[in-house]
Amino acid sequence: MRNWALVLFQRDLQLSVRIGGSALVGVLFFLAVVTVIPFGIGPDLNLLSRIGPGLLWIGALLATLLGLDRLFQADRDDGTLDLILMAGRPLEVVVLIKCLAHWVGTGLPLVVAAPFLGILLNLDPVATAAVTATLFAGTPALTLIGAIGASLTVTLRRGGLLLAILVIPLAVPTLIFGVSATDAAVRDPVPFMTPFLILCALSLIAAVVGPIASAAALRFASD
Amino acid sequence: MAFWDYANPTRFLRLVQVVLPWLAGLCVGLFAVGLYMSFFVAPEDYQQGDTVRIMYIHVPAAWLCMMCYSVMTISSLGTLVWKHPLADVSAKAAAPIGAAFTFMALVTGSLWGKPMWGTYWEWDARLTSVLVLFIMYLGLMTLWRTMDDPIKAGKAAAVLTLVGALNLPIIKFSVDWWNTLHQPASVFRFDGPTIHPDILWPLLVMAFAFTTLFFVLHLMAMRNEVLRRRVRSLRLRAASAAQPGPAAAAQPAE
Amino acid sequence: MFQDLTFSVESGTALVVTGANGIGKSSLLRTLAGLVALTSGTIRLDGADEDKPPHEFAHYFGHQDAVKPALSVLENLGFWQSFAAPAEAESYLAQTMTPIGALDLLGIGHTAHLPTAYLSAGQKRRLSLARLLVTARPIWLMDEPTSALDKASEQQLLDLMDRHLAGGGLIVTATHTKLALARTQALHLEAQPVAASIAEDD
Repeated sequence: MRNWALVLFQRDLQLSVRIGGSALVGVLFFLAVVTVIPFGIGPDLNLLSRIGPGLLWIGALLATLLGLDRLFQADRDDGTLDLILMAGRPLEVVVLIKCLAHWVGTGLPLVVAAPFLGILLNLDPVATAAVTATLFAGTPALTLIGAIGASLTVTLRRGGLLLAILVIPLAVPTLIFGVSATDAAVRDPVPFMTPFLILCALSLIAAVVGPIASAAALRFASD
Repeated sequence: MAFWDYANPTRFLRLVQVVLPWLAGLCVGLFAVGLYMSFFVAPEDYQQGDTVRIMYIHVPAAWLCMMCYSVMTISSLGTLVWKHPLADVSAKAAAPIGAAFTFMALVTGSLWGKPMWGTYWEWDARLTSVLVLFIMYLGLMTLWRTMDDPIKAGKAAAVLTLVGALNLPIIKFSVDWWNTLHQPASVFRFDGPTIHPDILWPLLVMAFAFTTLFFVLHLMAMRNEVLRRRVRSLRLRAASAAQPGPAAAAQPAE
Repeated sequence: MFQDLTFSVESGTALVVTGANGIGKSSLLRTLAGLVALTSGTIRLDGADEDKPPHEFAHYFGHQDAVKPALSVLENLGFWQSFAAPAEAESYLAQTMTPIGALDLLGIGHTAHLPTAYLSAGQKRRLSLARLLVTARPIWLMDEPTSALDKASEQQLLDLMDRHLAGGGLIVTATHTKLALARTQALHLEAQPVAASIAEDD
């Protein structure tokens, strides 16, 4: 018998890349958001390169939120969630693994796409590297915090919008430190590492709080 | 139903088998001539130097990303109006090729932009319209991927393709409008008053080469799609075969 | 939800829960499965590890199949085999099968490598049933187990249930149709004034 955690991870990743999966939809949404912003604020490259890191972060936040509503709902719709609750595995760990698989399927592609979208926003190489690094460190926090919203709204038919409303306030610190770390990398005197380490800490905190809160919410949701 | 699904595609597969080698040969020949002409015969630009040679890739790619969408539009009409069994196969097969050519146009445009504008990307009206087209291609491909049943997916995608075809001129117009609002004239326009024959001929040959490349790839992709659907229906039949009770229906639930 | 509901089931016996629609047969099963919290009262399982809650000894075979159409039949079953923890109990002879063996037994072995989306409703139901055979758990909680199955499959299901009982297993099932099982015990749920009456069949 193989390791159940590994099996769960593999299964969730497979589901996200197969037909009906949502792995690449998030990246496409990210691209669409970043493309549409210059239409709103004008094609001024100097302006775009100044606010580019923030735009990429907001795009990544929205793209993450978009994919999260199916995190548990797909399993609830077909009865899988009931069986997961009965499987005799620690639910917090199950949630953590599901989040990890979800991040690899939807969050990591955003990180990979960020440098290419940076070109569209005229980011210089340092800013591109910084925004990619901060997204890599920060998007797990978005997924893990989002998991709380996903499990709270799992019983609702159209929980996606509510999920976004619930999660956005909780995601504010991640956004603040992600963008400020990138800014620090571009402007010389401010140290990059301070906000970046806080960002990493936020992800680690989310890795503890997210699964515990989310598992509790899922237990109530099964009633 | 089965006859409609099978009779025509079988003849199509036979046709592909005959046509494809010739078309592929023609494509290779045209590329050999075209690339030779664009690298060695065509003159350097007096301002841009060798950089201008990117044009011989960029312009045909940009031309093809439009043509590919036209093929998809006609195919979508074929799906919705004439109900031709191969129409949605054609539309589905064309989308990734169109996306690839669009991507190529974007990348070459951006590489060309670096020496021209000093940045890899400028929100120039042409490039921006092409970027929007690229997103539309990717959206269509995603729509196809989300549905397991090819017939249903084909109809949905056909509707979207036709709406997109109606919208493309509007998009193009409004992007031009938006662009001129913000910056008066582009740094560089290549539809100058005259194109010298030394440039025109390599460009035409390359455009031809790209067009044949499109048809080669399109036919191959259509053949693969037809075969893929056969595999699917064979597997569907395999699933319903050898079942103990006759009661359970052969149709899948979804 | 329930008032004055007390029952006990011996190993090797199937408890058949009957009653009108909406009386709470499914809720009773979901409560036993640990999916609905008890407001008062206890569920106890004798002769088993005290640390684990009783529902971890149970398989729940509900209305939903819990199969993913995008995965192959074998991938679906393999996942549950690895993911659901097996549970042991005294007087229960654990008997498990390989995923392929279970699929073959249920007559869907030929679909093992096909995407589950290609299966009919009855085949999906049997795939869901195969889950019970690959992980050993002494209690089977089955909600309308015969729905979506034809006569032949139904008989096969009854044989499997009998075999589970013979191995010292325990079944609680809610049903509308008569189930021809070896050892059954009936629980008829009724509305007011008496919430439930227990009749021994055996």
